[in-house]
This record gives sequence, structure tokens and C-alpha cells, in this order.
Amino acid sequence: MDSISELLRTPLFLTIATFLIYWVSGWIQRKSRQAWLSPMLITIAALIALLRACGISYESYYESGHMIEFWLKPAIVALGLPLYNELRHIRRQFMTLLLTELAGCVVGIVSVVLIAKWLGASQEVIASLAPKSVSTPIAIEISRQLGGIPALTSAIVVAVGMIGAAAGLKMMSWGRVRGGVSQSLSMGTAAHVMGTNRISAYGERYSAYATLGLILNGLLTAFLAPPLVDWLL
Amino acid sequence: MAKQFGIIFGCLGLGELLALIPGLNIPGSIWGMLLLCLILERGWVRPASIAPICRFLISNMAFFFIPPGVALMLYFDLIAAEWVPITVATVVSILLVLIVTGRLHQYLHRRFRHNPNKHRHGQHQ
Repeated sequence: MDSISELLRTPLFLTIATFLIYWVSGWIQRKSRQAWLSPMLITIAALIALLRACGISYESYYESGHMIEFWLKPAIVALGLPLYNELRHIRRQFMTLLLTELAGCVVGIVSVVLIAKWLGASQEVIASLAPKSVSTPIAIEISRQLGGIPALTSAIVVAVGMIGAAAGLKMMSWGRVRGGVSQSLSMGTAAHVMGTNRISAYGERYSAYATLGLILNGLLTAFLAPPLVDWLL
Repeated sequence: MAKQFGIIFGCLGLGELLALIPGLNIPGSIWGMLLLCLILERGWVRPASIAPICRFLISNMAFFFIPPGVALMLYFDLIAAEWVPITVATVVSILLVLIVTGRLHQYLHRRFRHNPNKHRHGQHQ
């Protein structure tokens, strides 16, 4: 028995567990047809429950986890291809997009930092919140740079994506944002991949704009978050 | 395959070098993304030749951030203590970003009208 439980703690078996749970989670999402029930979210919750139940520390899990996490950075680099594909749109309305994204990015960082500060959040939580609107891999890197907690950032980013996907269109109708392109751009800016996903049902043109919002805000946040957070804290 | 990975990791490696520039806190992966876009734009690499690997990496991004997500188990106490500022700040900020970005784009777009293809507003209601 002891040797079995030893074996189950090895990186190989924890990797298998990650793949298996992710696969089952994808199946659950397809069956339930709930967009917010992301396989990633289910997998994270299930793995935490499993590790706690078996008394396995995060440090032991990380021996397997770091091999998976390693692929985050190349995946961000790969976003260079969709960025290249959007260059045509970017050139055509460069100033409009730049001003819009600058405003969205600054409003996102400043509002979240100031509100959290007023409500008494600690420094590391504020730093983890600052990059909340951008895609997780990018947000994690920014959070790390700011002295935040990458894990907390990734949880917040996922929550942001869920809220954006579920309520984003409703929120924009309150704010009288009516243009399809403007809505798409906002969804990508505010709620990264999950917002983009929500928009993609309306057609390729809209998902291109949402992707544009996602990528531009990711870039701008990487450049602007460090000085803004420094200045606000 | 080797060439595709070589290009992606080459961009990442160069990006990590650029990230060492003091005073500019840009993650190496972001530099790598910009470099990849640059070499595509310059025509040094054909988009079609790296598309499969890029599509694979992008479509599986969610899987790659499971481990950093699992690290959340280390911070349950912190979240329990500060869930109010976290939740309020997040929700209000999403609302503000959506409306500011959307309204500003709507305004500038109408004002400059630089979009040659006509398109209709209000299709997502």
C-alpha cells in the first residue's frame, strides 16, 4: 500500500491526474453547455480538492506542474501570429484604437487599484488585482513583476472572464455601448479570452476586434501597469 | 516541427534577453510576442509555416495555466480575509472598462469614419 501511495505522488502520476481531470472537465462543460463552467476552473478546483484529500503539498504538485506551466510563455509568444493577422485593422484605424485601448487600460488599472486600496486591501493583493483584465498568462507575468501573487491573479482573471462573458453585454447596454465593433473591442479589452469567446458567436469580424482588444490591452498593461501601480500605491 | 519550435523559442529567448533591460518591466514573453509579429511582418517567416504550432499553443493556453491556478490553495486565508475589496474592485472595474472603452471607440469611430466597410450598429442586442 505504501509503495502505491508513494507512486501516486510522483510527478508522472500527478501529470496524469492533471490531464485526466482536464479531459473529464471538458466533457462536463460540453454536456452542461455552460460557458462559465470552464474546464480550467473545474480542473483547478478538483486538483486542489484531490491534493488536500491526499495530503499532498503544493510543492510536490509543482514538480509536475512546472512542466505544464513551462508552456505558458511560448503560448504568449504564439499570440504574435494573431497580432500580425490584425495589423491590417490596426493600421487602418491606428489612432482610434490606440486612444481607446489606452483609456480602457488606464481605467482598468486605476479603478481596480484605487477601489481595492480604499477598501483596505493589502499591497500584494492590490498588485495581484492590477492586471486583472488581461489574459492569464500575461497577467501572471505582470503580477509577478509587480510583487503580486500570480496564483491569486490567475483566479481573479478567470473570475473577470466569467463575469465579462456572462454579464458584459448587459453591462454595455446599461452604458449605451451599441456598435457591434465597439462592443467586441470592449469585451476583448475587459474580459480577455473569455470575453472574446463570448463575442465569437457573432462572426469573424467581431472576434477579430475582440482579439485585438485582448492583445492590445495585454501589451499596454504590460507597459503601463508597473509605473501606474508604483504611482498609485 | 523543429523549425516552428525553434522560431517560437528563439523569439522567447531573445525576449528574455530584452527583459533584462533595466527600468523597463516588460515580461520576456511579451517581447517574444512582439518579435514574432515583427519577423512575420518583415516577411522573414511565412505565417503559414508557424500557424499549426501557434494554433496548438493558443488553443491549449487554458491547460497551461492550471498549475499556477492550483497554487491558489496556498492563499485561501488571504482570500478569506480580503474577499470584499477583491470582489468590489473587480466588478466595478469591469463595468468601467467595458463602458469607457466601448463609448470612446463608438465616439471616435463615428467621428473619424475611417472604416470603409459599412457596418451596422447594434447587432449584439
